[in-house]
Parts: sequence; C-alpha cells; structure tokens
Amino acid sequence: MSASATRQRPAAANGVTPEQMETFLHQMMLIRRFEEKAGEMYTKGKIHGFLHLYTGQEACAVGSINVLEERDHIFTHYRDHGHALARGLDPNRVMAELYGKADGVSGGRGGSMHLYDVSKNFHGGYAIVAGHLPLAVGMALATEMRREDAVTMCIFGDGSVAEGEFHESLNLAALWKTPVVFFCENNLYGMGVPLKESLSANIATLAKAYKMPAATINGMDVIEVYREMKKAVAHARKGGGPYFIEAMTYRYRAHSMSDPELYRSKSEIAEYRKRDAIERLKKAMLDSGALDETRYRELEAQVEREVDEAVEFAERSPQPALSTLYDKVYVEAGQ
Amino acid sequence: MAVMTVLEAVRTALGEALDADARTFILGEDVETGGVFRATEGLKARFPGRLIDTPLAESSIVGVSIGAAHYGMRPIAEIQFADFIHSAFDQFVSEASRWSYRTRGESSLPMVVRTPWGGGVHGGQHHSQSIEAYYTHLPGLKVVAPSFPADYRSLLRASVDDPNPVLFLEHKRTYRLIRQEIDGAAAETVIGRSRVTRRGGDLTIYAYGLMLHESLAAAESLSAEGIECTVVDLLTLLPLDVETILETARNTGKVLIVHEDTLTGGFGGEIAALIAEHAFEYLDAPVRRLAAPDIPAMPYAHAMEAFFMPDRDKIATAARELAAY
Repeated sequence: MSASATRQRPAAANGVTPEQMETFLHQMMLIRRFEEKAGEMYTKGKIHGFLHLYTGQEACAVGSINVLEERDHIFTHYRDHGHALARGLDPNRVMAELYGKADGVSGGRGGSMHLYDVSKNFHGGYAIVAGHLPLAVGMALATEMRREDAVTMCIFGDGSVAEGEFHESLNLAALWKTPVVFFCENNLYGMGVPLKESLSANIATLAKAYKMPAATINGMDVIEVYREMKKAVAHARKGGGPYFIEAMTYRYRAHSMSDPELYRSKSEIAEYRKRDAIERLKKAMLDSGALDETRYRELEAQVEREVDEAVEFAERSPQPALSTLYDKVYVEAGQ
Repeated sequence: MAVMTVLEAVRTALGEALDADARTFILGEDVETGGVFRATEGLKARFPGRLIDTPLAESSIVGVSIGAAHYGMRPIAEIQFADFIHSAFDQFVSEASRWSYRTRGESSLPMVVRTPWGGGVHGGQHHSQSIEAYYTHLPGLKVVAPSFPADYRSLLRASVDDPNPVLFLEHKRTYRLIRQEIDGAAAETVIGRSRVTRRGGDLTIYAYGLMLHESLAAAESLSAEGIECTVVDLLTLLPLDVETILETARNTGKVLIVHEDTLTGGFGGEIAALIAEHAFEYLDAPVRRLAAPDIPAMPYAHAMEAFFMPDRDKIATAARELAAY
C-alpha cells in the first residue's frame, strides 16, 4: 500500500480503527520518550553497563506486538525495551530493571538486556545473538503438544541471520510446522558492520528457502507492520506453520551507549529520521482527522508523566538485598 | 529380580518416565528407530508421538528442550555422542543453567539431556570424550554420572522428575559391560548424594563411570595384598556430595582421585581442592590424582588408547604407592 492511500482513508483502507491508531501513536511516543530518558539517565550514571536504545525502530514493536493475543508468547533480543513496553510491561518496573533495582521486572538480576515478565508471556530479552531462536521453536512445540491455540513471536535482528541457530531454527519450525512468527528487525547494521558486508544472501529469500512465507516490509510504517503481522499470526494460528517477516528499519542511536558510530554518516541518520514512524503516523492521523494538535499535546504530556513516574519509581526502589544473592540457583522439587 | 545391563536400565527408566508423566517426550537424532546405542529401542511403538527425530542440530536440540521445558513439558533430549554436545554448550552456559536464577524461580527447566561419554571403545578423538569438567562449572545445572545399572535407572527417573536441567552422562563402554540384579521397584538413589561402595581403612578412591568399576577391581586385588580401600561412587558431580567426600577423606587420611578425562582442569582438581581446604589436617599423604595424560585427544590405535585410559592396574599401582607413603 502506498503512503498516500494511508493518508486518504486510514480506517477503511488499512483495517485499523482511529482508536487503534491512537494506541499505536501513544505506545510509539512512550517508547521514544522512555528511551531518550534512559539514555539521559545512563549519562548521569544511574544506569550502567550496556544500554541499547530502540529509538527509530518503534513501529516494529508496536505494529507487531499489538496483533498478539494475551495467550501468545514473545521471545526477543537484547534491544528489548520497546518490545516490553508494547507488550504492556509496567514502564515503572522496566525502568527499575534498567536501574538494577529490586522492583525491576527481573528483580535487578537481568538489566536492560534481560527483561522478563512471565505474567505477560514475555519470556525475555536475550543477548546471545540468535541463541533464543531455538527456545522460541521449543515454546511453540510445547503449545502444540498442549493443544493450545497460541502463537510464539520470535524477534531478532539482522545480525542473527549469519548465526547457525537461525538456520537450525527455521529448519525445525518448518519441519514441525510450529506456530512461530519469525520477526527480523533489519536495521542494516550488525553493531558496526553493514549487513551487506556480513551476509551474502537476502534475508527473506533465505526464509523462503526453508519453505515458509516471507515478506519484506517497511518497518518504519506501523500500519504496514500491523497489517503484515496480522497475516503472519493468522497463518500460524490456523496451522500453517511458521511465517517470516523482515521489517526494514533504522536505529537512530548508536549500537550501544559506548559505540562511537564510525561506520555511518550523520547525513545517513538524518535521511532515515525523515522517514520517522511517529511523524508518519501523526501526519496520517492529522490528515484524516483522527487526531488534532490538542490531542497530540495531551499525548505528549501523558507520555512525559509516564516516563517521569518511571524514573521516580526506579529511583525510589531499593537495591536487591544481598541476602538474596544465592536464592533460586536451583528450584526446589515440588515448586 | 532381573539382571540388567546399563543400557537396559536406561531404556527401562525412559519407558517408566514416559509412562508416568504425559508431559515427557524424547527428542534427538535417530531416537525414533532406537538410536545408535539402542537406548530408545521399542519406545516409539509403546508411546506413539512421544519420540521426535531431530536433524543434526545439537544446539537446537538443547535449545528446543529449554523452550519446551519452560512451558511445562518434560523433554528428555539425547545427544548421540557427548563429543557432539559442544555446539550446544552455549545453550547450557547462557540459558539452561541460569534459567531459574534469571527468573528468580518463577520458571524452571525440568529437562534432561542424556549423552554417552567416555573411551575404551576405539572411538578415537570424536567418539571418546569426557565432557564433565566443562559442565560442572555451571551452577544451576545438575550433572549426573552413574556407574551401576540400578543407579542409572533410579537417577534417570530422578533426573526426569527434577525441576532443574540435568546433564545425564552414560558411560558408553559400560552400556553392555556392566550388569546388575535389579528388583521391581525403582531404587532410591538421590541426585546430589554419592555412595561409599566399599569400605577400607588405608585410603579412599573417588571415581565415577567406567573408572568406578576399574577402581573396585583394583581395590579387590589390593585387598589380597593387605591394602584396604574405601571406594566412593560419586554418582552426582554437580551439586557435589561434599559431606561424603570429606568424611571418607578424614577417615582414611589418604586419597586417590581417578578419572579418564585429562588431568589439567579435570574434575579431580575440584575434589582435591575441597579435601585440601577442609580436610588438610587429617591427611597423611599428598592428594593424588590419576587421570588421562594431557594430550589433546584420545588416540584411536589400541596401544595408544590403552596408554591414555587409566585402568585397574594403573589405579592399583597408584594406590600401592599412596598406601606406602
């Protein structure tokens, strides 16, 4: 679908209601502001270690995860704040996890890259690239064995594609027809190496070689992501086996907070910022009358409050007690 | 009473586990047709749909097991030879061993990975390895290495029932070599406990797998010479039964640790360190380790393989020296 068609008749043409569009806009704005604030708190020394920000890629998380039902499952990679927020994890507890506090979603044991909330079927961010793909296939195998009507979404980056487990997992999912949606966020760089210098193949073509439907889409258009994800989930849910989405996107910030970004130009970043997903949806909604400037300002203020509250919550939350350091190395029988 | 080999004990336990819990299933290379060593022979007919042949993708065999165990299934994975498990090392290190810890016990992984290990079968460098030392370095994982058929049966059942991930090591040389009478009920061996298999006052030998049997044979011949050995079958390598190790070390004052893995960085170093740290004042001789030489791989040639493997004669020689110290 062309962008102009989206602007002309949003609700009728793209199957997305104005209410849904406002949800998408709010979530993308929340993720954007949350990430900006996280970066700010990192430079203030409140957040430590390795922080990978998601700004620029918001449409991928929001467009896809909003298709999932509560009973569906998510495994994702280490750039996972956006996925967690789109899935409805409490921003306060996500920020607290970035701070390494006791109220964090992983109790401070995980940090930025290892968010986890089993109550939301959010099974974690994983920082061994492609290591979580077989886990997602195993999850989907389990839902099949338990005869549950659930789809497992597995999110990873373009850097995963050169790993062996990518190929093992696509092969297994296709062989066993497990209900997995493989969602590749292709942001063009595996840390500092451009994809074209690390992969001799086309990603979606590789997926098709494993005999599953695969689509390459504009990952900076939340409506397009949503529409493709709907197809993918419907396919997996009706027993069609795995489905592969390659969402073309771009991260605005460096790979992590310690990356000097010597591998790309400022003009390239500026070029992609012109395709910004939030601006795109905002303009479409303004044009169609689904949004006005007053409501937009309200959303901005709401997001600001939510992020401020998350920071306050994280600041107030206690450090995990050292007395818990040895807890749950093993699970006791009968638990 | 029935006499069972190690292999029959494993197969019996697998059948019992599949029978006892509908959540259990077996996955691995060639498992549907019985596998290389025939451990899963006949199970597919008895339990249709509960055995899944996989491609040759060891990392994903373990990874899929993690995902399934996390969601309430009880996978029993087979890695055809322990030598092939290394590509799955990351799944053990980075995911399985820390699952409970990372989720603060909200989730656990009731999964077992079985694999045949060890030498003495002319398997050469890629079919003979001892892998335990890599995995005993992973808190959160359990590593079980039985020696006798009854323990294979009961510990495999216990491993399947355990809510934590278990690496279950089956010594391939003993599969058809070691037999034992087993009664009708599953035995009561517990994960995390070793067993004093023989008592003697002169020294203690610690071993597992094939080396436990070689140690017992050595102890038998030494007894005829008037040297009496305590022999400890370690059974579980992680978590280790520190209490029994220290008690026997204190009782005999001399200790010999035997394994067929190479010496440097081998599991014996951990036992030696525990005894040195906690039973030093009871020792009457330096802690002695008997292990394979530090060469990169078990050679194929018969004489070279025999030189590589510790055996009853080498154990007896080391024990005599220690007793005379």
